[in-house]
Amino acid sequence: MKREKAHIIPPAERAHPDLSTGKYLVMWQGPQHPGITGNMSLRLIADGDTVVDCETHVGYLHRGFEKLMERRLWMQNFPLVCRIAVPEPDFNEYCYATALEELAGIRIPEKAVWLRTFSLELMRLASFLMWIGGQAGAFGHGTIAQWSVTMRDYVLDLFEELTGGRIYHMYIIPGGVRGDIPQGFFQHVLDVLKTVEKNLDDIELVMFHNAIFKLRAEGLGYIPPEWIDQYGITGPNARAAGVQRDLRKDLGYLAYPRLDFKMITGTKSDAYERAKLRLLEMYQSISLLRQIIDMMPKDGIFRGKLPNPLYWKIPAGETYVAAECTRGEYGFYVVSDGSDKPRRVAVRGPSYTHAVSVMERLARGTNIADIAGLMVSLHTYPPEIER
Amino acid sequence: MNDMESALAERYGAWNWHDQRPDLASVFLESSKTHDALAWLRDSEGYRHLSFATAIDNIERNVFTLTYTLRNHEKRHSLIVHCDIDRGKPLMDSIHLLWGQAWTYQREMKEWFGIDFPGSPRVDEEFVLEGWAGPPMMRRDFDSLAYSDATYAERPGRVTHDPAAHMKAELYPEVAE
Repeated sequence: MKREKAHIIPPAERAHPDLSTGKYLVMWQGPQHPGITGNMSLRLIADGDTVVDCETHVGYLHRGFEKLMERRLWMQNFPLVCRIAVPEPDFNEYCYATALEELAGIRIPEKAVWLRTFSLELMRLASFLMWIGGQAGAFGHGTIAQWSVTMRDYVLDLFEELTGGRIYHMYIIPGGVRGDIPQGFFQHVLDVLKTVEKNLDDIELVMFHNAIFKLRAEGLGYIPPEWIDQYGITGPNARAAGVQRDLRKDLGYLAYPRLDFKMITGTKSDAYERAKLRLLEMYQSISLLRQIIDMMPKDGIFRGKLPNPLYWKIPAGETYVAAECTRGEYGFYVVSDGSDKPRRVAVRGPSYTHAVSVMERLARGTNIADIAGLMVSLHTYPPEIER
Repeated sequence: MNDMESALAERYGAWNWHDQRPDLASVFLESSKTHDALAWLRDSEGYRHLSFATAIDNIERNVFTLTYTLRNHEKRHSLIVHCDIDRGKPLMDSIHLLWGQAWTYQREMKEWFGIDFPGSPRVDEEFVLEGWAGPPMMRRDFDSLAYSDATYAERPGRVTHDPAAHMKAELYPEVAE
Protein backbone atom coordinates (compact mmCIF):
# COMPACT_ATOMS: atom_id res chain seq x y z
CA MET A 1 0.00 0.00 0.00
CA LYS A 2 1.32 3.46 -0.90
CA ARG A 3 2.28 5.44 2.19
CA GLU A 4 0.47 8.66 2.88
CA LYS A 5 2.70 11.56 3.76
CA ALA A 6 2.96 11.87 7.52
CA HIS A 7 5.02 14.19 9.64
CA ILE A 8 7.91 12.02 10.77
CA ILE A 9 10.11 12.32 13.81
CA PRO A 10 13.71 11.61 12.88
CA PRO A 11 15.36 9.22 15.31
CA ALA A 12 17.75 10.89 17.73
CA GLU A 13 21.20 10.86 16.24
CA ARG A 14 23.66 8.71 18.11
CA ALA A 15 27.35 9.41 18.30
CA HIS A 16 28.74 5.91 17.63
CA PRO A 17 32.22 6.99 18.73
CA ASP A 18 35.23 4.92 17.74
CA LEU A 19 36.17 3.36 21.05
CA SER A 20 39.43 1.97 19.68
CA THR A 21 40.92 5.48 19.59
CA GLY A 22 41.24 5.49 23.35
CA LYS A 23 39.70 8.96 23.41
CA TYR A 24 36.47 7.83 25.01
CA LEU A 25 35.64 6.29 28.32
CA VAL A 26 32.84 3.74 28.65
CA MET A 27 31.33 3.48 32.09
CA TRP A 28 28.28 1.96 33.72
CA GLN A 29 26.20 3.97 36.14
CA GLY A 30 24.16 1.40 38.01
CA PRO A 31 22.56 -0.97 38.76
CA GLN A 32 24.08 -0.46 42.21
CA HIS A 33 24.86 3.22 42.32
CA PRO A 34 23.57 6.06 44.49
CA GLY A 35 23.01 8.15 41.37
CA ILE A 36 20.55 5.82 39.72
CA THR A 37 16.86 5.44 40.37
CA GLY A 38 16.31 1.85 41.38
CA ASN A 39 17.65 -1.25 39.70
CA MET A 40 18.61 -0.02 36.27
CA SER A 41 21.80 1.14 34.69
CA LEU A 42 23.08 3.60 32.15
CA ARG A 43 25.90 2.73 29.78
CA LEU A 44 27.63 6.04 29.26
CA ILE A 45 30.32 6.98 26.78
CA ALA A 46 32.18 10.12 27.78
CA ASP A 47 34.52 12.38 25.89
CA GLY A 48 36.38 14.08 28.69
CA ASP A 49 33.63 14.82 31.19
CA THR A 50 30.90 15.21 28.58
CA VAL A 51 28.56 12.32 27.84
CA VAL A 52 28.37 11.64 24.11
CA ASP A 53 26.18 8.55 24.21
CA CYS A 54 23.84 6.93 26.69
CA GLU A 55 21.96 3.64 26.69
CA THR A 56 19.40 2.70 29.32
CA HIS A 57 19.61 -0.91 30.42
CA VAL A 58 16.71 -2.44 32.30
CA GLY A 59 15.77 -5.97 33.28
CA TYR A 60 17.44 -6.29 36.67
CA LEU A 61 14.04 -6.31 38.32
CA HIS A 62 12.02 -8.17 35.72
CA ARG A 63 9.73 -10.67 37.43
CA GLY A 64 7.33 -11.41 34.61
CA PHE A 65 4.31 -9.80 36.28
CA GLU A 66 2.26 -9.58 33.09
CA LYS A 67 2.91 -13.25 32.32
CA LEU A 68 2.16 -14.30 35.89
CA MET A 69 -1.13 -12.41 35.87
CA GLU A 70 -2.40 -14.46 32.95
CA ARG A 71 -2.18 -17.58 35.09
CA ARG A 72 -3.75 -16.37 38.29
CA LEU A 73 -7.34 -15.71 39.28
CA TRP A 74 -8.46 -12.10 39.02
CA MET A 75 -8.19 -11.53 42.75
CA GLN A 76 -4.91 -13.41 43.12
CA ASN A 77 -3.20 -10.69 41.12
CA PHE A 78 -3.51 -8.03 43.82
CA PRO A 79 -0.34 -9.07 45.67
CA LEU A 80 1.43 -8.82 42.30
CA VAL A 81 0.20 -5.51 40.91
CA CYS A 82 1.25 -3.42 43.89
CA ARG A 83 4.84 -4.53 43.37
CA ILE A 84 5.06 -3.07 39.88
CA ALA A 85 5.86 0.43 41.19
CA VAL A 86 7.46 -0.13 44.58
CA PRO A 87 7.39 3.38 46.08
CA GLU A 88 3.90 4.01 44.72
CA PRO A 89 1.88 0.80 44.74
CA ASP A 90 -1.62 2.21 45.22
CA PHE A 91 -1.95 3.47 41.66
CA ASN A 92 -1.53 -0.10 40.42
CA GLU A 93 -4.24 -1.28 42.77
CA TYR A 94 -6.57 1.52 41.70
CA CYS A 95 -6.09 0.99 37.95
CA TYR A 96 -6.41 -2.80 38.14
CA ALA A 97 -9.39 -2.76 40.51
CA THR A 98 -11.19 -0.12 38.45
CA ALA A 99 -10.59 -2.05 35.24
CA LEU A 100 -12.09 -5.17 36.81
CA GLU A 101 -15.07 -3.21 38.14
CA GLU A 102 -15.68 -1.65 34.74
CA LEU A 103 -15.59 -5.00 32.93
CA ALA A 104 -17.72 -6.70 35.59
CA GLY A 105 -20.19 -3.80 35.93
CA ILE A 106 -19.53 -3.18 39.62
CA ARG A 107 -20.17 0.19 41.26
CA ILE A 108 -18.38 1.18 44.43
CA PRO A 109 -19.90 2.93 47.47
CA GLU A 110 -19.45 6.69 47.95
CA LYS A 111 -17.24 6.25 50.97
CA ALA A 112 -14.90 4.00 48.97
CA VAL A 113 -14.59 6.71 46.31
CA TRP A 114 -13.29 9.11 48.96
CA LEU A 115 -11.07 6.56 50.68
CA ARG A 116 -9.49 5.67 47.35
CA THR A 117 -8.87 9.35 46.59
CA PHE A 118 -7.38 9.75 50.06
CA SER A 119 -5.14 6.73 49.62
CA LEU A 120 -3.86 7.90 46.21
CA GLU A 121 -3.10 11.43 47.42
CA LEU A 122 -1.33 10.18 50.54
CA MET A 123 0.69 7.89 48.29
CA ARG A 124 1.54 10.82 46.04
CA LEU A 125 2.89 12.73 49.02
CA ALA A 126 4.97 9.75 50.21
CA SER A 127 6.38 9.18 46.74
CA PHE A 128 7.32 12.83 46.25
CA LEU A 129 9.00 12.86 49.66
CA MET A 130 11.15 9.96 48.58
CA TRP A 131 11.89 11.62 45.24
CA ILE A 132 12.96 14.97 46.71
CA GLY A 133 15.49 13.21 48.91
CA GLY A 134 16.97 11.58 45.81
CA GLN A 135 16.97 14.83 43.87
CA ALA A 136 18.72 16.72 46.67
CA GLY A 137 21.14 13.85 47.26
CA ALA A 138 22.12 13.77 43.59
CA PHE A 139 23.39 17.33 44.01
CA GLY A 140 25.15 16.68 47.32
CA HIS A 141 22.40 17.70 49.75
CA GLY A 142 22.34 14.54 51.82
CA THR A 143 20.71 16.24 54.79
CA ILE A 144 17.55 16.94 52.85
CA ALA A 145 17.31 13.26 51.96
CA GLN A 146 17.41 12.43 55.68
CA TRP A 147 14.64 14.94 56.42
CA SER A 148 12.39 13.83 53.60
CA VAL A 149 12.84 10.10 54.24
CA THR A 150 11.90 10.74 57.88
CA MET A 151 8.77 12.57 56.72
CA ARG A 152 7.97 9.72 54.37
CA ASP A 153 8.24 7.32 57.28
CA TYR A 154 5.61 9.32 59.16
CA VAL A 155 3.35 8.94 56.12
CA LEU A 156 4.11 5.22 55.98
CA ASP A 157 3.05 5.03 59.64
CA LEU A 158 -0.32 6.36 58.51
CA PHE A 159 -0.57 3.71 55.82
CA GLU A 160 0.25 1.06 58.39
CA GLU A 161 -2.54 2.36 60.61
CA LEU A 162 -5.04 2.44 57.74
CA THR A 163 -4.10 -0.72 55.84
CA GLY A 164 -1.78 -2.80 58.00
CA GLY A 165 1.05 -2.47 55.47
CA ARG A 166 3.74 0.18 55.16
CA ILE A 167 4.95 -0.31 51.58
CA TYR A 168 2.46 -2.63 49.88
CA HIS A 169 -1.06 -1.93 51.00
CA MET A 170 -3.44 -3.99 48.87
CA TYR A 171 -6.03 -1.58 50.19
CA ILE A 172 -7.89 -0.77 46.99
CA ILE A 173 -9.71 -3.91 45.89
CA PRO A 174 -12.68 -4.51 43.59
CA GLY A 175 -15.88 -3.26 45.15
CA GLY A 176 -14.23 -0.59 47.29
CA VAL A 177 -11.42 -0.68 49.83
CA ARG A 178 -10.31 -3.33 52.28
CA GLY A 179 -10.98 -1.56 55.56
CA ASP A 180 -12.72 1.33 57.23
CA ILE A 181 -11.18 4.42 58.83
CA PRO A 182 -9.57 3.53 62.19
CA GLN A 183 -10.68 5.52 65.22
CA GLY A 184 -8.74 8.77 65.59
CA PHE A 185 -6.97 8.18 62.27
CA PHE A 186 -7.77 11.51 60.64
CA GLN A 187 -6.39 13.43 63.62
CA HIS A 188 -3.12 11.51 63.17
CA VAL A 189 -3.18 12.43 59.48
CA LEU A 190 -3.70 16.12 60.22
CA ASP A 191 -0.83 16.08 62.72
CA VAL A 192 1.52 14.45 60.22
CA LEU A 193 0.48 16.84 57.45
CA LYS A 194 1.32 19.77 59.70
CA THR A 195 4.78 18.32 60.40
CA VAL A 196 5.42 17.55 56.73
CA GLU A 197 4.28 21.01 55.67
CA LYS A 198 6.68 22.63 58.11
CA ASN A 199 9.47 20.41 56.82
CA LEU A 200 8.68 21.32 53.22
CA ASP A 201 9.07 24.99 54.16
CA ASP A 202 12.57 24.16 55.43
CA ILE A 203 13.38 22.15 52.31
CA GLU A 204 12.19 25.00 50.12
CA LEU A 205 14.46 27.40 51.96
CA VAL A 206 17.54 25.18 52.07
CA MET A 207 17.31 23.51 48.67
CA PHE A 208 15.61 25.90 46.29
CA HIS A 209 17.49 28.99 47.43
CA ASN A 210 20.81 27.20 47.46
CA ALA A 211 23.21 28.69 44.90
CA ILE A 212 24.83 25.34 44.06
CA PHE A 213 21.51 23.60 43.43
CA LYS A 214 20.30 26.48 41.28
CA LEU A 215 23.53 26.63 39.34
CA ARG A 216 23.55 22.93 38.57
CA ALA A 217 19.84 22.30 38.04
CA GLU A 218 18.92 25.37 36.01
CA GLY A 219 19.17 24.59 32.33
CA LEU A 220 19.87 20.90 33.00
CA GLY A 221 17.80 18.42 30.99
CA TYR A 222 15.73 20.94 29.07
CA ILE A 223 12.71 19.26 27.47
CA PRO A 224 11.36 21.26 24.51
CA PRO A 225 7.54 21.50 24.53
CA GLU A 226 7.33 19.83 21.11
CA TRP A 227 8.83 16.65 22.62
CA ILE A 228 5.83 16.16 24.91
CA ASP A 229 3.66 14.51 22.26
CA GLN A 230 6.56 13.17 20.23
CA TYR A 231 7.81 11.12 23.17
CA GLY A 232 4.61 10.59 25.16
CA ILE A 233 5.91 12.63 28.09
CA THR A 234 3.39 13.09 30.91
CA GLY A 235 3.07 14.33 34.47
CA PRO A 236 5.34 16.97 36.01
CA ASN A 237 7.88 16.46 33.20
CA ALA A 238 5.24 17.70 30.75
CA ARG A 239 3.68 20.32 33.02
CA ALA A 240 7.11 21.90 33.66
CA ALA A 241 7.21 22.59 29.91
CA GLY A 242 3.95 24.53 30.19
CA VAL A 243 1.68 21.74 28.95
CA GLN A 244 -1.68 21.74 30.73
CA ARG A 245 -2.23 18.02 31.29
CA ASP A 246 -3.20 16.31 34.50
CA LEU A 247 -5.40 13.22 34.37
CA ARG A 248 -6.95 14.19 37.71
CA LYS A 249 -8.48 17.09 35.81
CA ASP A 250 -8.75 15.53 32.34
CA LEU A 251 -10.36 12.24 33.35
CA GLY A 252 -12.08 13.54 36.47
CA TYR A 253 -11.93 10.18 38.22
CA LEU A 254 -12.83 9.40 41.84
CA ALA A 255 -13.56 12.50 43.96
CA TYR A 256 -11.16 14.83 42.13
CA PRO A 257 -13.88 16.82 40.30
CA ARG A 258 -15.26 17.82 43.72
CA LEU A 259 -11.93 19.02 45.07
CA ASP A 260 -10.61 22.54 44.72
CA PHE A 261 -7.22 22.52 43.03
CA LYS A 262 -5.53 24.11 40.05
CA MET A 263 -3.17 22.47 37.63
CA ILE A 264 0.39 23.59 38.35
CA THR A 265 2.54 24.29 35.32
CA GLY A 266 5.95 25.79 34.64
CA THR A 267 7.71 27.27 31.66
CA LYS A 268 11.44 26.64 31.82
CA SER A 269 11.23 22.84 31.52
CA ASP A 270 14.60 22.14 33.13
CA ALA A 271 15.56 20.11 36.21
CA TYR A 272 15.08 23.08 38.54
CA GLU A 273 11.61 23.84 37.18
CA ARG A 274 10.55 20.21 37.47
CA ALA A 275 11.80 20.09 41.07
CA LYS A 276 10.00 23.32 41.96
CA LEU A 277 6.80 22.07 40.34
CA ARG A 278 6.92 18.81 42.30
CA LEU A 279 7.47 20.74 45.53
CA LEU A 280 4.34 22.78 44.77
CA GLU A 281 2.44 19.57 44.02
CA MET A 282 3.44 18.27 47.45
CA TYR A 283 1.85 21.32 49.06
CA GLN A 284 -1.13 20.73 46.78
CA SER A 285 -1.43 17.11 47.94
CA ILE A 286 -1.48 18.30 51.55
CA SER A 287 -4.28 20.71 50.68
CA LEU A 288 -6.20 17.96 48.86
CA LEU A 289 -5.82 15.57 51.79
CA ARG A 290 -7.26 18.18 54.16
CA GLN A 291 -10.18 18.77 51.80
CA ILE A 292 -10.80 15.03 51.52
CA ILE A 293 -10.88 14.66 55.30
CA ASP A 294 -13.37 17.54 55.54
CA MET A 295 -15.65 16.28 52.79
CA MET A 296 -15.48 12.52 53.20
CA PRO A 297 -18.62 10.79 54.47
CA LYS A 298 -17.73 9.37 57.85
CA ASP A 299 -20.49 6.77 57.81
CA GLY A 300 -21.64 4.23 55.29
CA ILE A 301 -20.18 1.10 53.77
CA PHE A 302 -16.68 1.08 52.34
CA ARG A 303 -17.00 -2.03 50.18
CA GLY A 304 -19.75 -3.53 48.08
CA LYS A 305 -20.59 -7.17 47.67
CA LEU A 306 -18.35 -9.20 45.37
CA PRO A 307 -18.78 -12.61 43.78
CA ASN A 308 -16.79 -15.47 45.29
CA PRO A 309 -13.22 -14.61 44.21
CA LEU A 310 -12.37 -18.27 43.68
CA TYR A 311 -15.09 -18.65 41.06
CA TRP A 312 -15.22 -15.10 39.72
CA LYS A 313 -15.48 -14.94 35.94
CA ILE A 314 -15.40 -11.51 34.33
CA PRO A 315 -17.35 -10.97 31.08
CA ALA A 316 -15.28 -10.79 27.91
CA GLY A 317 -14.09 -7.31 27.01
CA GLU A 318 -11.21 -4.91 27.24
CA THR A 319 -10.55 -1.57 28.88
CA TYR A 320 -7.79 0.87 29.66
CA VAL A 321 -7.88 2.64 33.01
CA ALA A 322 -5.40 5.42 33.71
CA ALA A 323 -4.62 7.68 36.64
CA GLU A 324 -2.26 10.58 37.31
CA CYS A 325 0.56 9.25 39.46
CA THR A 326 3.53 11.35 40.59
CA ARG A 327 5.34 10.64 37.34
CA GLY A 328 2.44 11.04 34.93
CA GLU A 329 0.04 8.70 33.17
CA TYR A 330 -0.17 5.33 34.87
CA GLY A 331 -2.48 2.85 33.23
CA PHE A 332 -3.64 -0.73 33.10
CA TYR A 333 -4.88 -2.30 29.87
CA VAL A 334 -6.92 -5.35 30.81
CA VAL A 335 -8.43 -7.93 28.47
CA SER A 336 -10.87 -10.60 29.62
CA ASP A 337 -11.93 -13.60 27.56
CA GLY A 338 -14.76 -14.36 29.96
CA SER A 339 -12.76 -16.77 32.10
CA ASP A 340 -11.56 -16.65 35.70
CA LYS A 341 -8.15 -15.24 34.72
CA PRO A 342 -7.04 -12.22 32.70
CA ARG A 343 -6.32 -12.86 29.07
CA ARG A 344 -3.82 -10.00 28.98
CA VAL A 345 -2.76 -7.27 31.35
CA ALA A 346 -0.40 -4.58 30.08
CA VAL A 347 0.91 -1.88 32.37
CA ARG A 348 1.67 1.59 31.09
CA GLY A 349 4.17 3.29 33.36
CA PRO A 350 5.43 6.79 32.64
CA SER A 351 9.03 5.70 33.23
CA TYR A 352 8.85 3.65 30.06
CA THR A 353 9.41 6.70 27.92
CA HIS A 354 11.01 9.02 30.50
CA ALA A 355 13.83 6.64 31.51
CA VAL A 356 14.58 5.20 28.09
CA SER A 357 13.89 7.41 25.06
CA VAL A 358 13.91 10.76 26.85
CA MET A 359 16.83 10.01 29.19
CA GLU A 360 19.01 8.65 26.40
CA ARG A 361 18.44 11.79 24.38
CA LEU A 362 18.85 14.28 27.22
CA ALA A 363 22.04 12.66 28.50
CA ARG A 364 24.01 13.46 25.37
CA GLY A 365 26.03 16.59 25.90
CA THR A 366 25.48 16.55 29.65
CA ASN A 367 28.37 16.76 32.08
CA ILE A 368 28.94 13.36 33.63
CA ALA A 369 28.60 14.76 37.15
CA ASP A 370 25.05 15.89 36.35
CA ILE A 371 23.78 12.57 35.00
CA ALA A 372 22.47 11.48 38.41
CA GLY A 373 20.68 14.80 38.92
CA LEU A 374 19.21 14.59 35.44
CA MET A 375 18.04 11.01 35.94
CA VAL A 376 16.29 11.83 39.22
CA SER A 377 14.77 14.99 37.73
CA LEU A 378 12.83 12.75 35.32
CA HIS A 379 11.51 10.76 38.32
CA THR A 380 11.59 7.20 37.06
CA TYR A 381 10.92 3.77 38.57
CA PRO A 382 12.44 0.81 36.66
CA PRO A 383 9.95 -1.91 37.76
CA GLU A 384 7.15 -0.28 35.77
CA ILE A 385 9.33 -0.52 32.64
CA GLU A 386 10.10 -4.20 33.10
CA ARG A 387 6.87 -5.52 34.64
CA MET B 1 -22.01 5.96 13.61
CA ASN B 2 -19.97 8.95 14.74
CA ASP B 3 -17.77 11.13 12.49
CA MET B 4 -14.51 9.47 13.50
CA GLU B 5 -15.92 5.99 13.09
CA SER B 6 -17.23 6.72 9.60
CA ALA B 7 -14.04 8.53 8.56
CA LEU B 8 -11.89 5.61 9.68
CA ALA B 9 -14.21 3.16 7.95
CA GLU B 10 -14.23 5.16 4.73
CA ARG B 11 -10.51 5.96 4.56
CA TYR B 12 -9.00 2.80 6.04
CA GLY B 13 -11.77 0.21 6.08
CA ALA B 14 -11.97 0.15 9.88
CA TRP B 15 -14.57 -2.06 11.54
CA ASN B 16 -15.85 -3.17 14.91
CA TRP B 17 -15.91 0.30 16.54
CA HIS B 18 -16.81 -0.09 20.19
CA ASP B 19 -17.45 2.67 22.73
CA GLN B 20 -16.25 1.24 26.02
CA ARG B 21 -16.77 4.52 27.90
CA PRO B 22 -17.59 8.05 26.77
CA ASP B 23 -13.85 8.74 26.86
CA LEU B 24 -12.61 5.40 25.46
CA ALA B 25 -13.29 3.55 22.20
CA SER B 26 -11.65 0.76 20.25
CA VAL B 27 -11.55 -0.12 16.57
CA PHE B 28 -10.07 -2.76 14.26
CA LEU B 29 -7.98 -2.16 11.14
CA GLU B 30 -6.15 -4.21 8.54
CA SER B 31 -2.49 -4.43 9.53
CA SER B 32 -1.41 -3.04 6.14
CA LYS B 33 -3.41 0.14 6.77
CA THR B 34 -2.63 0.61 10.45
CA HIS B 35 0.53 2.70 10.07
CA ASP B 36 -1.22 5.20 7.80
CA ALA B 37 -4.33 5.28 9.96
CA LEU B 38 -2.21 6.01 13.05
CA ALA B 39 -0.42 8.80 11.17
CA TRP B 40 -3.78 10.24 10.09
CA LEU B 41 -5.20 10.01 13.60
CA ARG B 42 -2.14 11.80 14.93
CA ASP B 43 -1.83 14.52 12.28
CA SER B 44 -5.47 15.20 11.42
CA GLU B 45 -7.58 14.08 14.34
CA GLY B 46 -5.52 15.26 17.30
CA TYR B 47 -4.62 11.82 18.70
CA ARG B 48 -1.06 12.98 19.20
CA HIS B 49 -0.23 11.07 22.37
CA LEU B 50 0.75 7.40 22.15
CA SER B 51 -0.05 5.98 25.58
CA PHE B 52 1.40 2.56 24.84
CA ALA B 53 1.62 -0.24 22.29
CA THR B 54 1.44 -3.93 23.05
CA ALA B 55 0.27 -7.27 21.70
CA ILE B 56 -2.16 -10.01 22.64
CA ASP B 57 -1.46 -13.61 21.65
CA ASN B 58 -4.75 -14.90 20.25
CA ILE B 59 -3.39 -18.37 19.67
CA GLU B 60 -6.83 -19.84 19.02
CA ARG B 61 -7.15 -17.69 15.89
CA ASN B 62 -3.43 -18.03 15.08
CA VAL B 63 -2.94 -14.24 15.20
CA PHE B 64 -1.24 -11.64 17.33
CA THR B 65 -3.53 -8.69 17.96
CA LEU B 66 -1.47 -5.51 18.11
CA THR B 67 -2.85 -2.74 20.27
CA TYR B 68 -2.01 0.95 19.94
CA THR B 69 -3.62 3.28 22.47
CA LEU B 70 -3.77 6.93 21.46
CA ARG B 71 -5.10 9.95 23.30
CA ASN B 72 -6.57 13.20 22.10
CA HIS B 73 -5.98 15.52 25.04
CA GLU B 74 -8.14 18.32 23.66
CA LYS B 75 -11.19 16.07 23.21
CA ARG B 76 -10.26 14.08 26.32
CA HIS B 77 -10.74 10.86 24.40
CA SER B 78 -8.63 7.71 24.02
CA LEU B 79 -8.76 5.33 21.10
CA ILE B 80 -7.47 1.75 21.11
CA VAL B 81 -6.48 0.70 17.58
CA HIS B 82 -6.23 -3.04 16.97
CA CYS B 83 -4.90 -5.03 14.06
CA ASP B 84 -4.26 -8.75 13.62
CA ILE B 85 -1.08 -10.16 12.18
CA ASP B 86 -0.31 -13.73 11.22
CA ARG B 87 1.12 -15.61 14.18
CA GLY B 88 3.17 -17.81 11.86
CA LYS B 89 4.86 -14.83 10.19
CA PRO B 90 4.75 -12.03 12.77
CA LEU B 91 5.83 -8.90 10.89
CA MET B 92 4.49 -5.39 11.29
CA ASP B 93 5.25 -1.91 9.95
CA SER B 94 7.31 0.12 12.38
CA ILE B 95 5.87 3.33 13.79
CA HIS B 96 9.17 4.63 15.20
CA LEU B 97 9.03 7.63 12.88
CA LEU B 98 5.61 8.61 14.22
CA TRP B 99 6.45 8.58 17.93
CA GLY B 100 9.89 8.94 19.47
CA GLN B 101 9.34 6.26 22.12
CA ALA B 102 7.63 3.70 19.84
CA TRP B 103 10.87 1.83 19.11
CA THR B 104 11.05 0.73 22.75
CA TYR B 105 7.57 -0.81 22.62
CA GLN B 106 8.52 -2.55 19.37
CA ARG B 107 11.77 -3.82 20.87
CA GLU B 108 9.75 -5.20 23.75
CA MET B 109 7.24 -6.90 21.42
CA LYS B 110 10.12 -8.46 19.46
CA GLU B 111 11.60 -9.89 22.64
CA TRP B 112 8.39 -10.89 24.40
CA PHE B 113 6.24 -12.06 21.46
CA GLY B 114 8.72 -12.55 18.62
CA ILE B 115 7.02 -9.91 16.45
CA ASP B 116 9.44 -8.20 14.09
CA PHE B 117 9.33 -4.55 13.11
CA PRO B 118 11.85 -4.21 10.26
CA GLY B 119 13.71 -0.91 10.37
CA SER B 120 12.87 -0.15 13.99
CA PRO B 121 16.01 1.03 15.84
CA ARG B 122 17.71 -1.55 18.07
CA VAL B 123 14.78 -3.91 17.61
CA ASP B 124 17.05 -6.96 17.85
CA GLU B 125 18.79 -5.86 21.03
CA GLU B 126 17.87 -7.49 24.33
CA PHE B 127 15.43 -5.45 26.35
CA VAL B 128 14.68 -6.96 29.76
CA LEU B 129 15.57 -10.62 29.18
CA GLU B 130 19.35 -10.52 29.15
CA GLY B 131 20.82 -13.78 27.89
CA TRP B 132 17.40 -15.28 27.19
CA ALA B 133 17.67 -18.38 25.01
CA GLY B 134 14.10 -19.63 25.13
CA PRO B 135 11.06 -18.90 22.99
CA PRO B 136 9.33 -15.49 23.38
CA MET B 137 7.99 -15.66 26.89
CA MET B 138 4.68 -13.84 26.42
CA ARG B 139 3.40 -16.33 23.87
CA ARG B 140 0.54 -18.40 25.21
CA ASP B 141 2.21 -21.67 24.28
CA PHE B 142 5.38 -20.86 26.22
CA ASP B 143 5.51 -23.39 29.03
CA SER B 144 7.37 -21.55 31.76
CA LEU B 145 7.60 -24.58 34.05
CA ALA B 146 9.03 -26.84 31.36
CA TYR B 147 11.48 -24.10 30.35
CA SER B 148 12.53 -23.57 33.93
CA ASP B 149 13.01 -27.30 34.53
CA ALA B 150 15.08 -27.63 31.38
CA THR B 151 17.17 -24.50 31.90
CA TYR B 152 17.85 -24.15 35.59
CA ALA B 153 19.31 -26.74 37.92
CA GLU B 154 17.54 -27.64 41.14
CA ARG B 155 19.51 -26.47 44.17
CA PRO B 156 20.48 -29.43 46.35
CA GLY B 157 19.02 -29.62 49.82
CA ARG B 158 15.55 -28.30 48.98
CA VAL B 159 12.52 -30.32 49.96
CA THR B 160 9.22 -30.01 48.19
CA HIS B 161 5.98 -30.78 49.98
CA ASP B 162 2.53 -31.26 48.62
CA PRO B 163 0.90 -28.05 49.97
CA ALA B 164 -2.39 -29.66 50.97
CA ALA B 165 -0.81 -32.64 52.75
CA HIS B 166 1.84 -30.47 54.40
CA MET B 167 -0.61 -27.92 55.80
CA LYS B 168 -2.92 -30.67 56.97
CA ALA B 169 -0.03 -32.24 58.86
CA GLU B 170 1.03 -28.87 60.30
CA LEU B 171 -2.39 -27.68 61.38
CA TYR B 172 -4.29 -30.87 62.13
CA PRO B 173 -1.68 -33.54 63.00
CA GLU B 174 -4.22 -35.73 64.68
CA VAL B 175 -6.30 -36.01 61.49
CA ALA B 176 -3.25 -36.34 59.25
CA GLU B 177 -2.03 -39.33 61.15
